[in-house]
Amino acid sequence: MTADPQIKNYNINFGPQHPAAHGVLRLVLELDGEIVERADPHIGLLHRGTEKLIEYRTYLQALPYFDRLDYVSMMCMEHAYVLGIEKLLGLEVPPRAQYLRVMWSELTRILNHLLNITAQAMDVGALTPTLWGYEEREKLLVFYERVSGARMHAAYFRPGGVHQDMPKGLAEDIASWLDSFPKVIDDIEGLLTENRIFKQRNVDIGLVSAEDAMDWGFSGVMLRGSGVAWDLRKSQPYDVYEAMDFDIPVGKNGDCYDRYLCRMDEMRQSVRIMRQCLNQMPEGPVAARDPKAVPPKRGEMKRSMESLINHFKLYTEGFKVPAGETYTAVEAPKGEFAVYLVADGTNKPYRCKIRSPAFAHLAATDFLCKGLMLADTVAVIGSLDIVFGEIDR
Amino acid sequence: MDDTLKDLGAALQAAFPNAVEGSSLALGELSVTVRAEGLIAVLTHLRDDPNCLFKCLMDVCGVDRPSRARRFDVVYNLLSLKHNLRIRLKLETAEDTPVPSAVGVFSSAGWFEREAWDMYGILFAGHPDLRRILTDYGFEGHPLRKDFPMTGHVEVRYDDAQKRVVQEPVKLTQEYRRFDFLSPWEGARHALPGDEKAGAAAAPGGQGKPS
Repeated sequence: MTADPQIKNYNINFGPQHPAAHGVLRLVLELDGEIVERADPHIGLLHRGTEKLIEYRTYLQALPYFDRLDYVSMMCMEHAYVLGIEKLLGLEVPPRAQYLRVMWSELTRILNHLLNITAQAMDVGALTPTLWGYEEREKLLVFYERVSGARMHAAYFRPGGVHQDMPKGLAEDIASWLDSFPKVIDDIEGLLTENRIFKQRNVDIGLVSAEDAMDWGFSGVMLRGSGVAWDLRKSQPYDVYEAMDFDIPVGKNGDCYDRYLCRMDEMRQSVRIMRQCLNQMPEGPVAARDPKAVPPKRGEMKRSMESLINHFKLYTEGFKVPAGETYTAVEAPKGEFAVYLVADGTNKPYRCKIRSPAFAHLAATDFLCKGLMLADTVAVIGSLDIVFGEIDR
Repeated sequence: MDDTLKDLGAALQAAFPNAVEGSSLALGELSVTVRAEGLIAVLTHLRDDPNCLFKCLMDVCGVDRPSRARRFDVVYNLLSLKHNLRIRLKLETAEDTPVPSAVGVFSSAGWFEREAWDMYGILFAGHPDLRRILTDYGFEGHPLRKDFPMTGHVEVRYDDAQKRVVQEPVKLTQEYRRFDFLSPWEGARHALPGDEKAGAAAAPGGQGKPS
């Protein structure tokens, strides 16, 4: 046996069947020893042609597709879409519906961060936070089910408001859950924040400077972790975010650890916002009174022929949206989620481009992972917070 | 905010009289039409000018309008964190005319342009890595074009005899039903069932009876 004097770079396929690939990411890595020379993500394994399908559906029929984009922060996706439609239609949303939407968006943010933080911890070797996080997620999904009938794919936000009011007793149950939840955050934090292994795996890994973050189109925690205090809920508030009192956690170094800390603190802020919503929520209708776009109440339909016809027309023909275009963005848990909606005056969107935050984040994988060790790519991908439903669409 | 955007549009038009074709403000959003030749200069100006500082390119996407000679719109959505503003750049291009790639100005453009190429077949000149991104390996066609059928051209299944996944032309037991619910008195342009002759009689040289 003679030793080969030539050392060749080594190519490996990371995923698509790898638990740390967060779904169906196929990452082609070129390694020099254990150092990553080049990372080339191959995406699209979950491409379902959502944008094409939406062009063939009425505005209301297209709504449930948004739950299926980022399937861990469902209502935030719907939020961007309904805000876009309302902007084109010029619909005024009643205050109670706005409060409900903000509260459920924040609940969704906790839902998302619980999964991401604990998955990131699991990627670097900690199993317990996942189990604790899932217990809380389960409670939140029960809230989802109670308000919309579906555990995940809620289709709860509708153009003009929300589908229906919360059932009796749900507000009290959410309030008591809000009292118990900070304890769980403390517990998870106790396991991770000062954990030596967790810090060794995350501190100074996946560094992004503020300039680079902007250049790569980062948003959300990926931008805030690098020290840019930018949050659409503050800078371009929608619904009743303007009336809410909350802070924006900002990181210092732009590494995986800072991003983890930001997400941790965002959950606490979400709890604050939800409490304020529950306390300030006024009574009143939960959907705009515009028969051109909002269906009549069930009770009216049982008694009035006109309402029945109105309902039938809205669920077959749908409503027409005046020609125009809008780029409407919300602060989804993962970053700026936006819908670029082009309407041509008919009942179907002419074009609906979905701008997903994780798409831009994943595009920077090569930039983030170059020069890191193979094991660190796992930590970086964990902190990017990617879900393939919205990247592949 | 509307005034700021209006001023910005006017300033941009004054600074680039050849590159900027026009600007419009609708629904509180500024939309500027540019020529492809001037795109890179405008983008660089928007990024670096202290009155703009649109440092984030949030989105690039295509829109297909097959009735036009230059059928595609390429839409750039930019965000300025400093001034808390958004701007939208639009340009028209044809199937065979490449658009200069914005990768040199914004790194984020790389994947967005790959997606626009994959979905619409819009060419980007100077893009370092213009591969397909979302569709399958070996996919043919550009699925978001309006003339691409929603059902696609091929379907896949696992063939037990060949022990692999095979691609076959789409076979539908029933044609995909596209109901057109648009009210006939509110803008539907198709002929109503049983009403096919109504338009023909009115049109000169149609098959209606000579009067």
